[in-house]
Amino acid sequence: MSNTHLDSAVLTTLQDVMESEYPALLDTFLADSEERVRLLRQACLADQSETLRRAAHSFKGSCSNMGATLLADLCQELESAAREENLAQAPALIESIEREFAIVGILFRAERQRHG
Amino acid sequence: MPMRLSILIAEDSPVDRMLLSTIVAKQGHRVLTAADGQEAVELFQEERPQLVLMDALMPVMDGFEAARRIKQLAGDELVPIIFLTSLTEHQALVSCLEAGGDDFIAKPYNPIILEAKIQAMHRLRRLQATVLEQRDLIARRNQQLLDEHRAAKAIFDKVAHAGCLSAPTIRFRQSPQALFNGDLLLAAQAPAGQMFVLLGDFTGHGLPAAIGAMPLAETFYGMAAKGYSSTDILREMNAKLKQILPVEMFCCATLLDIDPKQGSLRVWNGGLPDGYLIGAAGRRTALASRHLPLGVVSPAALDDKFEHYPLAPGDRLLLLSDGVVESRNANDELFGEQRLLAVLDANDDPARLFDEIEQALLDFHGQQHDDLSLVEVVVSPEVITMPSIAPATAHRSRPMDWSIRLELRADSLRSGNPLPSLLQILLQVNQLRSRVGEIYTVLGELYSNALEHGVLGLDSSLKCDADGFKHYYDLRQQRLQALVDGHVHLQLNIKTSPHGGRLRIGISDSGSGFDVSRALQAQFGSDRFSGRGLHLVRQLSDRFDWQSDGRGLSVEFAWQAEA
Repeated sequence: MSNTHLDSAVLTTLQDVMESEYPALLDTFLADSEERVRLLRQACLADQSETLRRAAHSFKGSCSNMGATLLADLCQELESAAREENLAQAPALIESIEREFAIVGILFRAERQRHG
Repeated sequence: MPMRLSILIAEDSPVDRMLLSTIVAKQGHRVLTAADGQEAVELFQEERPQLVLMDALMPVMDGFEAARRIKQLAGDELVPIIFLTSLTEHQALVSCLEAGGDDFIAKPYNPIILEAKIQAMHRLRRLQATVLEQRDLIARRNQQLLDEHRAAKAIFDKVAHAGCLSAPTIRFRQSPQALFNGDLLLAAQAPAGQMFVLLGDFTGHGLPAAIGAMPLAETFYGMAAKGYSSTDILREMNAKLKQILPVEMFCCATLLDIDPKQGSLRVWNGGLPDGYLIGAAGRRTALASRHLPLGVVSPAALDDKFEHYPLAPGDRLLLLSDGVVESRNANDELFGEQRLLAVLDANDDPARLFDEIEQALLDFHGQQHDDLSLVEVVVSPEVITMPSIAPATAHRSRPMDWSIRLELRADSLRSGNPLPSLLQILLQVNQLRSRVGEIYTVLGELYSNALEHGVLGLDSSLKCDADGFKHYYDLRQQRLQALVDGHVHLQLNIKTSPHGGRLRIGISDSGSGFDVSRALQAQFGSDRFSGRGLHLVRQLSDRFDWQSDGRGLSVEFAWQAEA
């Protein structure tokens, strides 16, 4: 299942490390990420670039740990834009993040089923 | 063998926290988790984990602030903090370091790298703990050592300051720790009026040097008080040190025998830098080392020859330890003899010399330098009153009536000094104790007159200048060595009653006699070196008679019983 969305090497390591807790980790990621995407949208609407930067940074870290490479890259772009207080691109970037998260979500749920 | 540690994970993202704690727990460590900085600090206080994995950006309190507080709480103990951060932002990395971070680890987490870092930090921790333990141990030992030094010094000071170091004519500078630098300064007033000064410098430092100083001081003070000559004291000190010191230890020393009444100085310098005799007019004579230090040669091989110099009131004697010339400043330059001589040359008022040397040392070092001793004695005609050498016994004295007669012939004249033994006998008479100094002076004068002018036939007019002075003592030595016939008779008579008593001292010799009245006249002449000290004898005693042939003198001390 190697593609630009998920890094299969990272997932293998995660399975090794988490063992039976692997599905719980996926569940936690999916639930936490929905909350984080909501925070991104909220900060953008409120025009709070520092809050947006921190939220993007934090989400980026989780995504990279979970092997969601493209999602992590998009978070990195948003973080950089927020640091430069360039919020003009932010709504478009957040839209991309939501779309990518939707794909990653489908892939993780499939992964979840496989390891039931 | 990896160690099991207790590790605090502070991370606000539940995914990362879960992942990290699983990795760390699987590696065998005990895991504590916190979701923000505030929680992390509280948990640290409660559980005292040994290592912290800290996310930088967290709500409530961020990782930087939490790291600062944890480092503060940890105090001396090393609690390594590894920051969890992506390594792309340089400014963030700097902030991590500033907050006390010890290392970083980037996401995504790699279990192998993580374990390697944890173990590396743990080794650092153990190293730090060992260093702290040893530091505390050293501090405790050092404190212990200082306490022991203080106690040893208190005991030693009782012995060392038994003498007259506090006399107004003596000035010295010595570090309070001098004893443990191996430096030793002693000064005693002898019963016959001389002042003995000893500056010693033991090889080595610390307790061994201080321990060697003890018997030296005891010997010096004990013998000086009993009226032994400086030669006897020197021989005894050398013998004692030779006996007790290990071969690599010895004591460089200068012994001064200052006799203001005779106007003479005797010096023995074994291994110390030149001392100086400085006349009131600024004339300077170096008192150079001519001997091996004390404790090196066997008693039989010791060269106990003192150098003789004339002394006048106002003359100054300066002694210094090698710490003065051999001290180095911050640039590792040697103070050196040249600098000292330059200070001596530049001096135009001997009274200010001591200050000038101290100032020169201060200027050179930029601070007080501790490992040196400097002492100055001003020759004063006044005799410092001695504390009584032995407390008077409490019982009432019984009446006494006795006499002893002593005849010293060539071999005994050569080798011995009968006066200390006589003094011990006279000290049995309680009523004499208060006048023992005067009696000893008189005995000393009479004995040296009888020996030098009578038996040896030396002419005191030789001692008219510094060269003559030296010549006189060389001759004395030669004639004494060559002496075959000749004697000195000494007789002591004691008679006491409940109302008082008297001591009569009679002395005669095998010499040709001399004109006593003329010698007494000469006392009032300008030549203070050539007198026979008779004027002094007459002044100190209560009665003074002589035989018409000038070969026998008689002196009396009388006293009334206390009311």
